Amino acid sequence: MVDAPKLIEARGISKQFGGVEVLSDIDLDLHAGEIHALIGENGAGKSTFVKILAGVHTPTRGSIKMNGDAVNVTSPIAAQELGIALIHQEPVSFPDLSVAENIVMGRKGGGLLSRVPWATIIADARRYMDMLGVSIDVTRPMHGLSIANQQMVEIARALASDSRLIIMDEPTAPLTPREVDTLFAIARQLRDEGRTIIFISHRLEEVRMLCDRLTIFRDGSHIATQTVASIPEDEIIRLMIGRELKKYMRKHTASIGETALEVSGLTLPGAFEDISFTLRKGEIMGLGGLVGAGRTDVARALFGIEPAKSGKIKVGGRDAKIQRPPDAIDLGLAFVPEDRAGHGIFGTLPVEHNITAAIPGKIAPSGVISRALERGFSRKSVDDLSIRLASLNQPIVELSGGNQQKAILARWLLTEPEVLILDEPTRGIDIGVKAEFYDMIGDLAEAGRAILLISSELPELLSLCDRILVMAEGRITAEIPRDEANQEKVMQAAVPRSGIAA
Amino acid sequence: MTDTTPTREMAPARPTWHVVLVRPETMTLLLIIIGLVGASILSPFFLDASYIMRSFTLTAEMSIVALVLTMVIISGEIDLSPAANMALSACVFAWVQDAGVALPLAVIVGLLAGLAMGALNAFMSIRMQLPSIIVTIGTLIFFRGLAQIIAGDRSIRVPESFVGINAVMVFGVPLPVVIFVLCAIVLGLVLGTTVIGRQIYQIGTNQQAALHAGINAKRIKVGLFLLLGVVSAAAGMMAASRLGSVRYDLVLGGELQMVLMAMLGGTYIFGGRGTILGTFLAAWLLVIVSTGMTVANLLPAIQLTVLGILLIVAIIATNFIYARTQR
Repeated sequence: MVDAPKLIEARGISKQFGGVEVLSDIDLDLHAGEIHALIGENGAGKSTFVKILAGVHTPTRGSIKMNGDAVNVTSPIAAQELGIALIHQEPVSFPDLSVAENIVMGRKGGGLLSRVPWATIIADARRYMDMLGVSIDVTRPMHGLSIANQQMVEIARALASDSRLIIMDEPTAPLTPREVDTLFAIARQLRDEGRTIIFISHRLEEVRMLCDRLTIFRDGSHIATQTVASIPEDEIIRLMIGRELKKYMRKHTASIGETALEVSGLTLPGAFEDISFTLRKGEIMGLGGLVGAGRTDVARALFGIEPAKSGKIKVGGRDAKIQRPPDAIDLGLAFVPEDRAGHGIFGTLPVEHNITAAIPGKIAPSGVISRALERGFSRKSVDDLSIRLASLNQPIVELSGGNQQKAILARWLLTEPEVLILDEPTRGIDIGVKAEFYDMIGDLAEAGRAILLISSELPELLSLCDRILVMAEGRITAEIPRDEANQEKVMQAAVPRSGIAA
Repeated sequence: MTDTTPTREMAPARPTWHVVLVRPETMTLLLIIIGLVGASILSPFFLDASYIMRSFTLTAEMSIVALVLTMVIISGEIDLSPAANMALSACVFAWVQDAGVALPLAVIVGLLAGLAMGALNAFMSIRMQLPSIIVTIGTLIFFRGLAQIIAGDRSIRVPESFVGINAVMVFGVPLPVVIFVLCAIVLGLVLGTTVIGRQIYQIGTNQQAALHAGINAKRIKVGLFLLLGVVSAAAGMMAASRLGSVRYDLVLGGELQMVLMAMLGGTYIFGGRGTILGTFLAAWLLVIVSTGMTVANLLPAIQLTVLGILLIVAIIATNFIYARTQR
């Protein structure tokens, strides 16, 4: 591997945004025919770096050589012509065009008025989707596809562009384990054909399974590049966060009290069926399963966003009718949604307005907002959750993902909820802040709150939860107490029955 | 998305002068000053407060409606029917009093007509979840058509006792201007200091997030459409009082001028941003610019061109400012 030909030599790459240096003097060599992991906390500069390679951003300083020749990647089109493809973290597609058109998007050929070779396009698209093991009609429009399938289309687009360097920015986040396996098989095949892949992921086990070498970024600087086999996991974590992480997660030891939430026979046709469980004060109950198993739908129904058609909900021992979110809030429920940007934050509004959004009665006892009360509540939240910000008046989009998530959590803690539903609360959050979240969740349970934690990360469920419910295809398939829980049991219950029929 | 601009959380807070300077209202105020100076150079008679006030009464009704429209736009909707609503409400009012209904009752009938029009817009835009821009283009034509059915091509006279709201002076200021200023103060306080106002911004910024935060977006939006309906009707009858008679083509095309006021004042057409102060200033700006051009004897065609350029400049400036503050 050492004397493998170099595909990319990046030297002294630096990037400033509005006077703030987000990348400083990055030197990085990429070999032909390797899968190279790029890891680091959120905000370390990984995405910025690959966007420079892909022509989305231009570097403030630095040079890039490709196969020994200096190149200027001034635009995504220039990158495409050089054979560099970027698979975005969040799929970017043309929702009204067909899957096939999205796959061949950007392909050259013919003049402005020449005929579109539909048959070839559709056949090609179908071939790439078959390769990825995805069975969707390539002539259907993009919109309505699941995030996982949209991601697969992105990947197919990169394949179709026949690139020498394929950059995958957190491609596996929305995928099921089976889809991840397929993706990895294809990545290996591409590597064996001599292509180079940059793989960005927060999941270290994936990096270990797939990658040949890894590079660690921290605070916009290049920290280390090593072969994956030669570096132990705790060393990677230490290099990523720059300090020893003592307790990565902890099991909390709250005393479990009386019943806070009781659900029986909850059904919403097409989403989930016959969901029954009891959640007690001080308890952290995990809800595991694959993406699309109906976990989020259950949470949304409990919170009144899309109520269930039948079934009973009891809160604090009393029958509850939850038809709209305000009903749920009045009953002491709180819900931190999975889609932070879409369902959580008011992006352009001040952090302060975001934090106090769910407690209008408390900041405005008379209907007129008291600046002092509002300041008091938000100041205390910022201190309690150590939200890092420049000013409470700052638009919340200017904060990092982890701090945005803290602000949303703060919003709900201010309602003093009895039952807290957290849907993938640590998704896309770097390890340091994740640990803070785990501590907070534990503290909340110790304070007697009942917590329903939806998570796709098994280690999170296993180490935090007193009990794990597993859902598959809209039904609860297992209830596993903490001392019996392990990865195999959860996964076995999570895989749809048709998948394990033997 | 989260790690494209890593050091955001470390970015320093903006200094106060910067925050004030990049507000879109500052731009509107600046234009007003330029307009005042320019117009007074063109004509020494221009800088006469009572002249400007009298000019303002001509658009005071529309300016009042534009204040409520600003709130509708901030909430993420739009209503293009208020000018037609003004005409239809005024026609209904004039028609029923012409048919012998007592004046106070006729006023109430006119207001109820406006409320019903607001309810129709609300029902289709909010309850049926149709895009409000299409709905209100439809109702704009529909209301105008109904007004023409009621009034035909003739003018309906209103009783002598009802005529002349613009001649009523309160401490030397015409009553329509006083009403406009009071409306601006009240609505400005509602939007700027109350929970409802806060929630209007939140709905307009991200309706899904508002739903998840327990904010009843539908109720607030329905309320805004109803308010706009009633206020439009009141404005229509104010116009009837000023003109002394009502025709179906009352304030024809006025919806564009109302939207222009909101946009010039820095309201963001996609919702979530804007202020009553901005629209308030923009209403004055428009009057100053158009009367300034009139006293300078500019041709109407040129005046229209200047207004068009103003709108384009305002939109570019607003978007530029928002893009800069958002990075």
